[in-house]
Amino acid sequence: MIIPVADALAIDGVRKSYGNVQALDGVSFSIRRGEFFGLLGPNGAGKSTLINIIAGLVLADRGRVSVLGHDTVHDWRRARRLIGVVPQELVFDPFFKVLEMLRIQAGYFGCGRESWPWIDEMLERLDLSDKRNASMRSLSGGMKRRVLIAQALVHRPPVVILDEPTAGVDVELRRTLWSFMRELHGRGTTVVLTTHYLEEAQDLCERIAIVDRGRVCVIQTTQELLNRHPFRFLRLKLAGGAPLPESLVPLVSGEVNGSLELKLERDRHPIGAVFAALHNAGVAIEDVQTREPDLEDIFIELTHHAAPPRAAEEADAVPATAGQP
Amino acid sequence: MNMGRESAPEYGLERFSDRIGFVTLTRKEIMRFWSVLGQTVTAPVITALMYLLVFAQAMKGRASAYPGVDYTQFLLPGLVMMSVIQNAFANSSSSLTQSKILGNLVFLLMAPLGAWELFGAYVTAALVRAALVAVSMLAVTAPFVTLPLHAPLALLAIFLLSAASLAVLGLIAAIIANKFDHLAAFTNFIITPLSFLSGVFYSVHALPPFWFTASHLNPFFYMIDGFRYGFFGTADAPIWLSLLWTSGFLAAVSAVCLWMLMTGFRLRR
Repeated sequence: MIIPVADALAIDGVRKSYGNVQALDGVSFSIRRGEFFGLLGPNGAGKSTLINIIAGLVLADRGRVSVLGHDTVHDWRRARRLIGVVPQELVFDPFFKVLEMLRIQAGYFGCGRESWPWIDEMLERLDLSDKRNASMRSLSGGMKRRVLIAQALVHRPPVVILDEPTAGVDVELRRTLWSFMRELHGRGTTVVLTTHYLEEAQDLCERIAIVDRGRVCVIQTTQELLNRHPFRFLRLKLAGGAPLPESLVPLVSGEVNGSLELKLERDRHPIGAVFAALHNAGVAIEDVQTREPDLEDIFIELTHHAAPPRAAEEADAVPATAGQP
Repeated sequence: MNMGRESAPEYGLERFSDRIGFVTLTRKEIMRFWSVLGQTVTAPVITALMYLLVFAQAMKGRASAYPGVDYTQFLLPGLVMMSVIQNAFANSSSSLTQSKILGNLVFLLMAPLGAWELFGAYVTAALVRAALVAVSMLAVTAPFVTLPLHAPLALLAIFLLSAASLAVLGLIAAIIANKFDHLAAFTNFIITPLSFLSGVFYSVHALPPFWFTASHLNPFFYMIDGFRYGFFGTADAPIWLSLLWTSGFLAAVSAVCLWMLMTGFRLRR
Protein backbone atom coordinates (compact mmCIF):
# COMPACT_ATOMS: atom_id res chain seq x y z
CA MET A 1 0.00 0.00 0.00
CA ILE A 2 1.30 3.43 -0.86
CA ILE A 3 0.78 5.90 1.97
CA PRO A 4 2.32 9.30 2.60
CA VAL A 5 5.20 9.41 5.01
CA ALA A 6 6.82 12.42 6.62
CA ASP A 7 10.23 13.50 5.44
CA ALA A 8 13.15 12.79 7.74
CA LEU A 9 13.72 16.53 7.97
CA ALA A 10 11.48 19.29 6.67
CA ILE A 11 12.89 22.79 6.88
CA ASP A 12 10.48 25.54 5.96
CA GLY A 13 11.36 29.23 5.64
CA VAL A 14 13.90 29.26 8.44
CA ARG A 15 15.39 32.65 9.22
CA LYS A 16 17.92 33.58 11.86
CA SER A 17 19.89 36.73 12.39
CA TYR A 18 22.47 37.76 14.95
CA GLY A 19 22.34 41.53 15.19
CA ASN A 20 22.86 42.79 11.66
CA VAL A 21 24.16 39.48 10.39
CA GLN A 22 21.61 37.38 8.55
CA ALA A 23 22.82 33.85 9.31
CA LEU A 24 19.88 32.12 7.60
CA ASP A 25 17.65 33.85 5.12
CA GLY A 26 14.55 31.80 4.46
CA VAL A 27 16.02 28.32 4.12
CA SER A 28 13.58 25.67 2.90
CA PHE A 29 14.24 22.11 1.81
CA SER A 30 13.48 18.60 2.91
CA ILE A 31 15.47 15.43 3.36
CA ARG A 32 13.78 12.14 2.60
CA ARG A 33 13.84 9.18 4.92
CA GLY A 34 16.84 6.98 4.44
CA GLU A 35 18.85 9.53 2.47
CA PHE A 36 22.56 10.16 2.86
CA PHE A 37 22.43 13.92 2.48
CA GLY A 38 25.25 16.43 2.23
CA LEU A 39 24.95 19.97 3.53
CA LEU A 40 27.86 21.93 2.15
CA GLY A 41 28.94 25.51 2.20
CA PRO A 42 31.89 27.75 3.01
CA ASN A 43 32.68 28.81 6.55
CA GLY A 44 30.01 31.13 7.87
CA ALA A 45 27.46 29.99 5.29
CA GLY A 46 24.93 29.10 7.99
CA LYS A 47 25.27 25.30 8.06
CA SER A 48 25.99 25.04 11.77
CA THR A 49 23.27 27.57 12.60
CA LEU A 50 20.81 25.43 10.67
CA ILE A 51 21.98 22.26 12.40
CA ASN A 52 21.74 23.96 15.78
CA ILE A 53 18.18 25.03 14.98
CA ILE A 54 17.30 21.45 14.02
CA ALA A 55 18.91 20.20 17.25
CA GLY A 56 17.08 22.78 19.36
CA LEU A 57 20.24 24.59 20.42
CA VAL A 58 19.28 27.75 18.58
CA LEU A 59 15.82 29.26 18.24
CA ALA A 60 14.88 30.35 14.73
CA ASP A 61 13.47 33.85 14.26
CA ARG A 62 10.99 32.50 11.72
CA GLY A 63 10.11 29.29 9.97
CA ARG A 64 9.73 25.76 11.20
CA VAL A 65 11.60 22.50 11.24
CA SER A 66 10.17 19.04 11.71
CA VAL A 67 11.85 15.71 12.24
CA LEU A 68 9.88 12.78 10.84
CA GLY A 69 6.80 14.95 11.06
CA HIS A 70 7.41 16.20 14.61
CA ASP A 71 7.83 19.95 14.96
CA THR A 72 11.04 20.82 16.78
CA VAL A 73 9.32 23.59 18.75
CA HIS A 74 5.78 22.36 19.41
CA ASP A 75 6.62 18.66 19.61
CA TRP A 76 10.22 19.08 20.69
CA ARG A 77 10.42 16.05 22.93
CA ARG A 78 9.56 13.59 20.17
CA ALA A 79 11.59 15.51 17.60
CA ARG A 80 14.71 15.43 19.77
CA ARG A 81 14.35 11.72 20.40
CA LEU A 82 14.46 11.13 16.67
CA ILE A 83 17.73 12.89 15.96
CA GLY A 84 21.31 12.46 17.04
CA VAL A 85 23.72 15.29 16.41
CA VAL A 86 27.50 15.08 16.42
CA PRO A 87 28.59 18.62 17.26
CA GLN A 88 31.46 20.28 15.47
CA GLU A 89 33.35 21.28 18.63
CA LEU A 90 35.22 18.70 20.71
CA VAL A 91 33.14 19.14 23.84
CA PHE A 92 33.16 16.73 26.77
CA ASP A 93 32.42 16.48 30.46
CA PRO A 94 35.72 16.13 32.33
CA PHE A 95 34.12 14.55 35.39
CA PHE A 96 33.24 11.26 33.74
CA LYS A 97 34.68 8.21 32.08
CA VAL A 98 33.79 7.18 28.54
CA LEU A 99 31.33 4.44 29.47
CA GLU A 100 29.71 6.57 32.20
CA MET A 101 29.29 9.42 29.74
CA LEU A 102 27.60 7.21 27.15
CA ARG A 103 25.23 5.67 29.68
CA ILE A 104 24.39 9.13 31.02
CA GLN A 105 23.68 10.35 27.50
CA ALA A 106 21.45 7.33 26.85
CA GLY A 107 19.62 8.11 30.09
CA TYR A 108 18.99 11.71 29.02
CA PHE A 109 17.11 10.25 26.07
CA GLY A 110 15.06 8.02 28.32
CA CYS A 111 16.98 4.83 27.52
CA GLY A 112 17.76 2.52 30.41
CA ARG A 113 19.82 -0.62 30.75
CA GLU A 114 18.39 -2.02 27.52
CA SER A 115 20.67 0.42 25.68
CA TRP A 116 23.85 -0.93 27.29
CA PRO A 117 24.49 -3.74 24.76
CA TRP A 118 24.18 -1.17 21.96
CA ILE A 119 26.65 1.08 23.79
CA ASP A 120 29.06 -1.86 24.02
CA GLU A 121 28.62 -2.50 20.31
CA MET A 122 29.35 1.13 19.48
CA LEU A 123 32.46 1.10 21.64
CA GLU A 124 33.59 -1.93 19.70
CA ARG A 125 32.76 -0.48 16.29
CA LEU A 126 34.44 2.83 17.04
CA ASP A 127 37.55 1.15 18.48
CA LEU A 128 36.87 2.55 21.93
CA SER A 129 36.59 -0.72 23.84
CA ASP A 130 39.94 -0.33 25.56
CA LYS A 131 39.07 3.27 26.50
CA ARG A 132 35.71 2.51 28.11
CA ASN A 133 37.04 3.26 31.60
CA ALA A 134 39.33 6.10 30.56
CA SER A 135 38.61 9.60 31.79
CA MET A 136 37.31 11.86 29.04
CA ARG A 137 40.05 14.40 29.67
CA SER A 138 42.77 11.78 29.10
CA LEU A 139 41.65 11.00 25.54
CA SER A 140 43.30 12.28 22.38
CA GLY A 141 41.33 14.54 20.04
CA GLY A 142 40.51 11.66 17.71
CA MET A 143 39.28 9.51 20.58
CA LYS A 144 37.14 12.35 21.91
CA ARG A 145 35.63 12.68 18.44
CA ARG A 146 34.74 8.96 18.49
CA VAL A 147 33.03 9.39 21.85
CA LEU A 148 31.06 12.34 20.45
CA ILE A 149 29.89 10.15 17.60
CA ALA A 150 28.87 7.40 20.01
CA GLN A 151 27.04 9.94 22.19
CA ALA A 152 24.97 11.05 19.22
CA LEU A 153 23.99 7.47 18.47
CA VAL A 154 23.26 6.10 21.96
CA HIS A 155 19.50 6.34 21.55
CA ARG A 156 19.57 4.81 18.06
CA PRO A 157 18.15 7.88 16.34
CA PRO A 158 16.62 7.34 12.89
CA VAL A 159 18.10 10.69 11.78
CA VAL A 160 21.79 11.40 12.39
CA ILE A 161 23.43 14.76 11.76
CA LEU A 162 27.20 14.91 11.57
CA ASP A 163 28.60 18.42 11.72
CA GLU A 164 32.09 18.16 10.28
CA PRO A 165 32.81 14.86 12.01
CA THR A 166 36.14 14.29 10.31
CA ALA A 167 37.66 17.71 10.93
CA GLY A 168 41.16 17.14 12.25
CA VAL A 169 40.93 13.36 12.56
CA ASP A 170 43.20 10.72 11.12
CA VAL A 171 42.54 8.51 8.11
CA GLU A 172 41.81 5.47 10.24
CA LEU A 173 38.97 7.17 12.09
CA ARG A 174 37.55 8.47 8.85
CA ARG A 175 37.45 4.98 7.42
CA THR A 176 35.98 3.55 10.62
CA LEU A 177 33.39 6.30 10.80
CA TRP A 178 32.28 6.08 7.19
CA SER A 179 32.09 2.32 7.30
CA PHE A 180 29.89 2.58 10.40
CA MET A 181 27.74 5.30 8.87
CA ARG A 182 27.28 3.33 5.66
CA GLU A 183 26.14 0.40 7.75
CA LEU A 184 23.65 2.53 9.70
CA HIS A 185 22.45 4.08 6.47
CA GLY A 186 22.03 0.59 5.05
CA ARG A 187 19.74 -0.19 7.97
CA GLY A 188 17.53 2.79 7.13
CA THR A 189 19.07 5.62 9.13
CA THR A 190 18.93 9.04 7.49
CA VAL A 191 22.37 10.64 7.59
CA VAL A 192 23.00 14.35 7.15
CA LEU A 193 26.61 15.32 6.73
CA THR A 194 28.43 18.62 6.67
CA THR A 195 32.07 18.49 5.76
CA HIS A 196 34.81 20.54 4.17
CA TYR A 197 36.23 17.35 2.63
CA LEU A 198 34.19 17.48 -0.55
CA GLU A 199 35.44 14.16 -1.83
CA GLU A 200 33.78 12.58 1.21
CA ALA A 201 30.48 14.21 0.35
CA GLN A 202 30.81 13.23 -3.30
CA ASP A 203 31.57 9.66 -2.32
CA LEU A 204 28.88 9.25 0.35
CA CYS A 205 25.96 11.55 -0.32
CA GLU A 206 23.03 10.81 -2.58
CA ARG A 207 21.83 14.41 -2.57
CA ILE A 208 23.59 17.62 -1.71
CA ALA A 209 22.49 21.10 -0.73
CA ILE A 210 24.99 23.91 -1.05
CA VAL A 211 24.35 26.74 1.35
CA ASP A 212 25.96 30.12 1.01
CA ARG A 213 25.35 33.37 2.87
CA GLY A 214 22.36 31.91 4.63
CA ARG A 215 20.61 30.66 1.50
CA VAL A 216 20.40 27.37 -0.32
CA CYS A 217 22.18 27.91 -3.66
CA VAL A 218 21.37 24.50 -5.05
CA ILE A 219 19.93 21.19 -3.97
CA GLN A 220 20.36 18.27 -6.34
CA THR A 221 21.51 14.68 -6.48
CA THR A 222 25.27 14.40 -6.44
CA GLN A 223 25.28 13.20 -10.05
CA GLU A 224 23.07 16.07 -11.20
CA LEU A 225 25.39 18.48 -9.50
CA LEU A 226 28.42 17.00 -11.21
CA ASN A 227 26.64 17.04 -14.57
CA ARG A 228 25.74 20.69 -14.28
CA HIS A 229 29.37 21.70 -14.66
CA PRO A 230 29.90 22.46 -18.37
CA PHE A 231 33.67 22.11 -18.22
CA ARG A 232 36.37 19.49 -18.21
CA PHE A 233 40.03 19.98 -17.48
CA LEU A 234 43.06 19.15 -19.55
CA ARG A 235 46.54 19.15 -18.07
CA LEU A 236 49.42 19.52 -20.48
CA LYS A 237 53.12 19.29 -19.92
CA LEU A 238 54.80 20.78 -22.93
CA ALA A 239 58.14 19.40 -24.12
CA GLY A 240 61.13 21.65 -23.48
CA GLY A 241 59.04 24.26 -21.72
CA ALA A 242 57.66 25.52 -25.06
CA PRO A 243 55.14 28.39 -24.85
CA LEU A 244 51.47 27.72 -25.35
CA PRO A 245 49.99 28.97 -28.64
CA GLU A 246 48.26 32.34 -28.26
CA SER A 247 44.85 30.89 -29.14
CA LEU A 248 44.95 28.56 -26.13
CA VAL A 249 46.18 31.04 -23.53
CA PRO A 250 42.66 32.26 -22.57
CA LEU A 251 41.77 28.68 -21.65
CA VAL A 252 44.51 28.34 -19.04
CA SER A 253 43.01 28.08 -15.57
CA GLY A 254 46.21 27.45 -13.69
CA GLU A 255 49.43 25.57 -13.33
CA VAL A 256 49.87 22.42 -11.27
CA ASN A 257 53.28 20.79 -10.75
CA GLY A 258 54.74 22.24 -13.94
CA SER A 259 51.70 21.32 -16.06
CA LEU A 260 49.28 23.84 -17.49
CA GLU A 261 45.63 23.21 -16.71
CA LEU A 262 43.19 24.22 -19.41
CA LYS A 263 39.52 24.59 -18.62
CA LEU A 264 37.52 23.46 -21.61
CA GLU A 265 33.87 24.07 -22.21
CA ARG A 266 32.40 20.73 -23.28
CA ASP A 267 30.43 22.08 -26.23
CA ARG A 268 32.84 24.77 -27.46
CA HIS A 269 36.32 23.38 -26.88
CA PRO A 270 36.78 19.80 -28.06
CA ILE A 271 40.04 18.27 -26.87
CA GLY A 272 40.92 17.40 -30.46
CA ALA A 273 40.93 21.10 -31.34
CA VAL A 274 43.45 21.79 -28.56
CA PHE A 275 45.76 19.05 -29.84
CA ALA A 276 45.36 20.39 -33.38
CA ALA A 277 46.33 23.90 -32.26
CA LEU A 278 49.41 22.53 -30.49
CA HIS A 279 50.35 20.46 -33.52
CA ASN A 280 49.94 23.44 -35.88
CA ALA A 281 52.15 25.56 -33.60
CA GLY A 282 54.79 22.82 -33.60
CA VAL A 283 54.57 22.32 -29.84
CA ALA A 284 55.36 18.82 -28.62
CA ILE A 285 53.48 17.33 -25.66
CA GLU A 286 55.45 15.56 -22.96
CA ASP A 287 52.49 14.45 -20.84
CA VAL A 288 48.72 14.83 -20.87
CA GLN A 289 45.95 14.22 -18.34
CA THR A 290 42.25 14.89 -18.37
CA ARG A 291 40.16 15.52 -15.30
CA GLU A 292 36.40 15.54 -14.98
CA PRO A 293 35.00 18.23 -12.68
CA ASP A 294 34.46 17.11 -9.13
CA LEU A 295 32.28 18.46 -6.38
CA GLU A 296 34.93 20.93 -5.43
CA ASP A 297 34.73 22.60 -8.85
CA ILE A 298 30.96 22.86 -8.50
CA PHE A 299 31.30 24.14 -4.98
CA ILE A 300 33.72 26.85 -6.00
CA GLU A 301 31.57 27.78 -8.98
CA LEU A 302 28.55 28.25 -6.77
CA THR A 303 30.29 29.91 -3.87
CA HIS A 304 33.12 31.55 -5.75
CA HIS A 305 33.71 34.22 -3.15
CA ALA A 306 34.95 31.56 -0.73
CA ALA A 307 36.78 28.29 -0.98
CA PRO A 308 36.97 25.25 1.27
CA PRO A 309 40.29 24.53 2.97
CA ARG A 310 41.58 22.05 0.38
CA ALA A 311 40.65 24.32 -2.50
CA ALA A 312 42.27 27.22 -0.72
CA GLU A 313 45.48 25.24 -0.34
CA GLU A 314 45.52 24.34 -4.01
CA ALA A 315 44.70 27.86 -4.99
CA ASP A 316 48.07 28.86 -3.54
CA ALA A 317 49.68 26.74 -6.20
CA VAL A 318 47.28 27.74 -8.98
CA PRO A 319 47.11 31.48 -9.50
CA ALA A 320 45.24 33.11 -12.35
CA THR A 321 41.54 32.26 -12.49
CA ALA A 322 41.55 28.82 -10.94
CA GLY A 323 38.08 27.40 -10.72
CA GLN A 324 36.29 30.45 -12.08
CA PRO A 325 33.59 29.56 -14.60
CA MET B 1 5.21 15.72 3.05
CA ASN B 2 6.63 13.04 0.83
CA MET B 3 4.03 11.21 -1.19
CA GLY B 4 4.34 7.88 -2.88
CA ARG B 5 6.98 6.29 -0.68
CA GLU B 6 6.35 3.19 1.28
CA SER B 7 5.85 3.67 4.94
CA ALA B 8 9.14 3.60 6.80
CA PRO B 9 9.25 1.63 10.04
CA GLU B 10 8.08 3.50 13.10
CA TYR B 11 10.75 4.07 15.65
CA GLY B 12 9.01 3.01 18.83
CA LEU B 13 9.01 6.33 20.68
CA GLU B 14 7.14 4.61 23.49
CA ARG B 15 10.32 2.81 24.50
CA PHE B 16 11.65 6.07 25.92
CA SER B 17 10.85 7.19 29.44
CA ASP B 18 10.76 10.79 30.65
CA ARG B 19 11.40 9.57 34.19
CA ILE B 20 14.72 8.00 33.20
CA GLY B 21 15.94 11.32 31.82
CA PHE B 22 15.21 13.12 35.07
CA VAL B 23 16.70 10.34 37.22
CA THR B 24 19.82 10.19 35.04
CA LEU B 25 20.46 13.91 35.25
CA THR B 26 19.88 13.92 39.01
CA ARG B 27 22.26 11.01 39.47
CA LYS B 28 24.83 12.61 37.19
CA GLU B 29 24.71 15.85 39.17
CA ILE B 30 25.15 13.93 42.42
CA MET B 31 28.04 11.93 40.92
CA ARG B 32 29.62 15.21 39.83
CA PHE B 33 29.89 16.66 43.32
CA TRP B 34 30.51 13.23 44.84
CA SER B 35 33.61 12.76 42.68
CA VAL B 36 35.15 15.83 44.35
CA LEU B 37 33.71 15.31 47.85
CA GLY B 38 36.75 16.89 49.46
CA GLN B 39 35.91 20.22 47.81
CA THR B 40 32.16 19.99 47.89
CA VAL B 41 31.41 18.64 51.37
CA THR B 42 34.54 18.29 53.51
CA ALA B 43 35.89 21.78 52.81
CA PRO B 44 32.69 23.68 53.70
CA VAL B 45 32.28 21.58 56.85
CA ILE B 46 35.83 22.43 57.95
CA THR B 47 35.31 26.13 57.17
CA ALA B 48 32.12 26.22 59.23
CA LEU B 49 33.84 24.41 62.09
CA MET B 50 36.57 27.04 62.04
CA TYR B 51 33.93 29.76 62.39
CA LEU B 52 32.40 27.83 65.26
CA LEU B 53 35.72 27.39 67.01
CA VAL B 54 36.81 31.01 66.64
CA PHE B 55 33.48 32.64 67.52
CA ALA B 56 32.72 30.22 70.33
CA GLN B 57 36.08 31.06 71.93
CA ALA B 58 35.85 34.80 71.29
CA MET B 59 32.30 35.06 72.61
CA LYS B 60 32.78 32.56 75.45
CA GLY B 61 30.74 33.48 78.47
CA ARG B 62 28.45 35.88 76.63
CA ALA B 63 24.78 35.15 76.79
CA SER B 64 22.83 34.50 73.61
CA ALA B 65 19.55 36.20 72.85
CA TYR B 66 17.53 33.19 73.92
CA PRO B 67 17.07 32.14 77.53
CA GLY B 68 18.77 28.88 78.40
CA VAL B 69 20.72 28.76 75.13
CA ASP B 70 24.45 29.42 75.26
CA TYR B 71 26.22 31.25 72.44
CA THR B 72 27.78 28.16 70.88
CA GLN B 73 24.38 26.49 70.72
CA PHE B 74 22.90 29.68 69.26
CA LEU B 75 25.67 29.92 66.66
CA LEU B 76 25.66 26.34 65.36
CA PRO B 77 22.24 26.26 63.59
CA GLY B 78 23.06 29.59 61.92
CA LEU B 79 26.39 28.25 60.67
CA VAL B 80 24.74 25.09 59.43
CA MET B 81 22.12 27.04 57.52
CA MET B 82 24.75 29.44 56.15
CA SER B 83 26.66 26.44 54.80
CA VAL B 84 23.45 24.99 53.39
CA ILE B 85 22.72 28.28 51.63
CA GLN B 86 26.22 28.63 50.19
CA ASN B 87 26.56 25.01 49.10
CA ALA B 88 23.13 24.68 47.53
CA PHE B 89 23.91 27.80 45.52
CA ALA B 90 27.40 26.61 44.62
CA ASN B 91 26.26 23.18 43.49
CA SER B 92 23.78 24.22 40.83
CA SER B 93 25.59 27.37 39.78
CA SER B 94 29.04 25.84 39.35
CA SER B 95 27.72 22.79 37.52
CA LEU B 96 25.68 24.72 34.99
CA THR B 97 28.28 27.45 34.50
CA GLN B 98 30.97 24.85 33.93
CA SER B 99 28.80 23.06 31.38
CA LYS B 100 28.17 26.34 29.58
CA ILE B 101 31.81 27.32 29.51
CA LEU B 102 33.13 23.89 28.54
CA GLY B 103 30.41 23.57 25.93
CA ASN B 104 29.11 20.20 27.12
CA LEU B 105 25.74 21.78 27.92
CA VAL B 106 24.81 20.91 24.33
CA PHE B 107 24.36 17.28 25.39
CA LEU B 108 21.68 18.36 27.82
CA LEU B 109 20.06 20.92 25.56
CA MET B 110 19.80 18.46 22.66
CA ALA B 111 18.20 15.85 24.91
CA PRO B 112 14.43 15.57 25.28
CA LEU B 113 14.51 17.03 28.78
CA GLY B 114 12.00 19.72 29.66
CA ALA B 115 12.36 22.76 31.87
CA TRP B 116 10.82 21.00 34.85
CA GLU B 117 13.13 18.02 34.53
CA LEU B 118 16.25 20.20 34.32
CA PHE B 119 14.98 22.30 37.20
CA GLY B 120 14.07 19.29 39.34
CA ALA B 121 17.32 17.44 38.74
CA TYR B 122 19.63 20.36 39.53
CA VAL B 123 17.61 21.28 42.63
CA THR B 124 17.48 17.69 43.90
CA ALA B 125 21.24 17.27 43.54
CA ALA B 126 21.82 20.56 45.37
CA LEU B 127 19.48 19.42 48.15
CA VAL B 128 21.49 16.21 48.53
CA ARG B 129 24.75 18.16 48.81
CA ALA B 130 23.23 20.66 51.23
CA ALA B 131 21.86 17.82 53.37
CA LEU B 132 25.24 16.10 53.39
CA VAL B 133 26.95 19.30 54.52
CA ALA B 134 24.32 19.94 57.22
CA VAL B 135 24.33 16.39 58.56
CA SER B 136 28.14 16.27 58.52
CA MET B 137 28.36 19.52 60.48
CA LEU B 138 25.82 18.42 63.05
CA ALA B 139 27.49 15.01 63.37
CA VAL B 140 31.00 16.43 63.78
CA THR B 141 29.90 18.98 66.41
CA ALA B 142 27.55 16.61 68.27
CA PRO B 143 30.19 15.62 70.87
CA PHE B 144 30.80 19.29 71.76
CA VAL B 145 27.51 21.10 71.21
CA THR B 146 24.20 19.66 72.31
CA LEU B 147 21.21 20.94 70.40
CA PRO B 148 17.60 20.32 71.38
CA LEU B 149 15.12 19.38 68.64
CA HIS B 150 11.94 21.35 69.25
CA ALA B 151 10.12 21.24 65.91
CA PRO B 152 11.60 18.68 63.50
CA LEU B 153 8.96 19.20 60.81
CA ALA B 154 9.50 22.96 60.78
CA LEU B 155 13.24 22.32 60.71
CA LEU B 156 12.90 20.00 57.73
CA ALA B 157 10.53 22.36 55.94
CA ILE B 158 12.83 25.36 56.39
CA PHE B 159 15.83 23.31 55.31
CA LEU B 160 14.12 22.09 52.13
CA LEU B 161 12.69 25.49 51.24
CA SER B 162 15.98 27.29 51.88
CA ALA B 163 18.24 24.81 50.09
CA ALA B 164 15.84 24.64 47.14
CA SER B 165 15.65 28.45 46.94
CA LEU B 166 19.41 28.78 46.80
CA ALA B 167 19.74 25.94 44.31
CA VAL B 168 17.27 27.77 42.06
CA LEU B 169 19.09 31.05 42.60
CA GLY B 170 22.27 29.22 41.57
CA LEU B 171 20.61 28.11 38.36
CA ILE B 172 19.51 31.67 37.61
CA ALA B 173 23.02 32.98 38.26
CA ALA B 174 24.53 30.30 36.01
CA ILE B 175 22.06 31.02 33.22
CA ILE B 176 22.95 34.71 33.37
CA ALA B 177 26.71 34.17 33.78
CA ASN B 178 28.85 33.78 30.71
CA LYS B 179 32.07 33.23 32.64
CA PHE B 180 33.17 32.35 36.14
CA ASP B 181 33.83 36.03 36.90
CA HIS B 182 30.12 36.73 36.54
CA LEU B 183 29.31 33.90 38.89
CA ALA B 184 31.92 35.06 41.39
CA ALA B 185 30.36 38.53 41.33
CA PHE B 186 26.98 37.00 42.11
CA THR B 187 28.48 35.05 45.01
CA ASN B 188 30.62 37.87 46.38
CA PHE B 189 28.13 40.70 46.06
CA ILE B 190 24.83 38.96 46.74
CA ILE B 191 25.04 35.56 48.38
CA THR B 192 27.88 36.15 50.86
CA PRO B 193 26.72 39.58 52.13
CA LEU B 194 23.12 38.44 52.49
CA SER B 195 24.16 35.30 54.37
CA PHE B 196 26.49 37.25 56.70
CA LEU B 197 23.83 39.91 57.34
CA SER B 198 21.16 37.40 58.20
CA GLY B 199 21.74 36.90 61.92
CA VAL B 200 24.08 33.93 61.73
CA PHE B 201 26.35 35.33 64.44
CA TYR B 202 23.87 37.47 66.39
CA SER B 203 20.23 38.06 67.13
CA VAL B 204 18.78 40.85 65.02
CA HIS B 205 17.28 42.33 68.19
CA ALA B 206 20.79 43.48 69.02
CA LEU B 207 20.92 45.64 65.88
CA PRO B 208 20.13 49.38 65.56
CA PRO B 209 16.57 50.08 64.26
CA PHE B 210 17.61 50.62 60.62
CA TRP B 211 19.53 47.35 60.36
CA PHE B 212 16.84 45.57 62.35
CA THR B 213 14.28 46.61 59.72
CA ALA B 214 16.68 45.90 56.85
CA SER B 215 17.29 42.38 58.17
CA HIS B 216 13.59 41.69 57.97
CA LEU B 217 13.76 42.31 54.20
CA ASN B 218 16.53 39.75 53.80
CA PRO B 219 15.09 36.33 52.90
CA PHE B 220 18.21 34.64 54.29
CA PHE B 221 17.31 36.00 57.74
CA TYR B 222 14.07 33.97 57.73
CA MET B 223 15.93 30.86 56.58
CA ILE B 224 18.37 31.04 59.47
CA ASP B 225 15.83 32.23 62.00
CA GLY B 226 13.34 29.51 61.04
CA PHE B 227 16.08 26.88 61.19
CA ARG B 228 16.97 28.03 64.70
CA TYR B 229 13.32 27.81 65.69
CA GLY B 230 13.33 24.15 64.69
CA PHE B 231 15.99 23.49 67.33
CA PHE B 232 15.07 25.89 70.15
CA GLY B 233 11.37 26.61 69.69
CA THR B 234 12.14 30.30 69.90
CA ALA B 235 13.39 32.76 67.29
CA ASP B 236 13.53 36.44 66.31
CA ALA B 237 10.54 36.10 63.98
CA PRO B 238 7.46 33.85 64.26
CA ILE B 239 7.96 30.50 62.48
CA TRP B 240 4.90 31.02 60.27
CA LEU B 241 6.46 34.24 58.98
CA SER B 242 9.76 32.47 58.27
CA LEU B 243 7.93 29.68 56.43
CA LEU B 244 5.89 32.22 54.51
CA TRP B 245 8.90 34.31 53.49
CA THR B 246 10.96 31.28 52.51
CA SER B 247 8.09 29.72 50.54
CA GLY B 248 7.41 33.03 48.80
CA PHE B 249 11.08 33.45 47.96
CA LEU B 250 11.24 29.93 46.55
CA ALA B 251 8.11 30.52 44.49
CA ALA B 252 9.49 33.81 43.11
CA VAL B 253 12.93 32.50 42.13
CA SER B 254 11.39 29.29 40.75
CA ALA B 255 9.04 31.28 38.53
CA VAL B 256 11.96 33.28 37.14
CA CYS B 257 14.14 30.20 36.68
CA LEU B 258 11.43 28.15 34.99
CA TRP B 259 10.67 31.01 32.65
CA MET B 260 14.37 31.13 31.73
CA LEU B 261 14.52 27.38 31.15
CA MET B 262 11.27 27.27 29.18
CA THR B 263 12.20 30.14 26.89
CA GLY B 264 15.84 29.11 26.57
CA PHE B 265 16.93 32.49 27.92
CA ARG B 266 20.72 32.75 27.43
CA LEU B 267 20.89 29.00 26.90
CA ARG B 268 19.39 28.52 23.47
CA ARG B 269 20.66 31.40 21.38
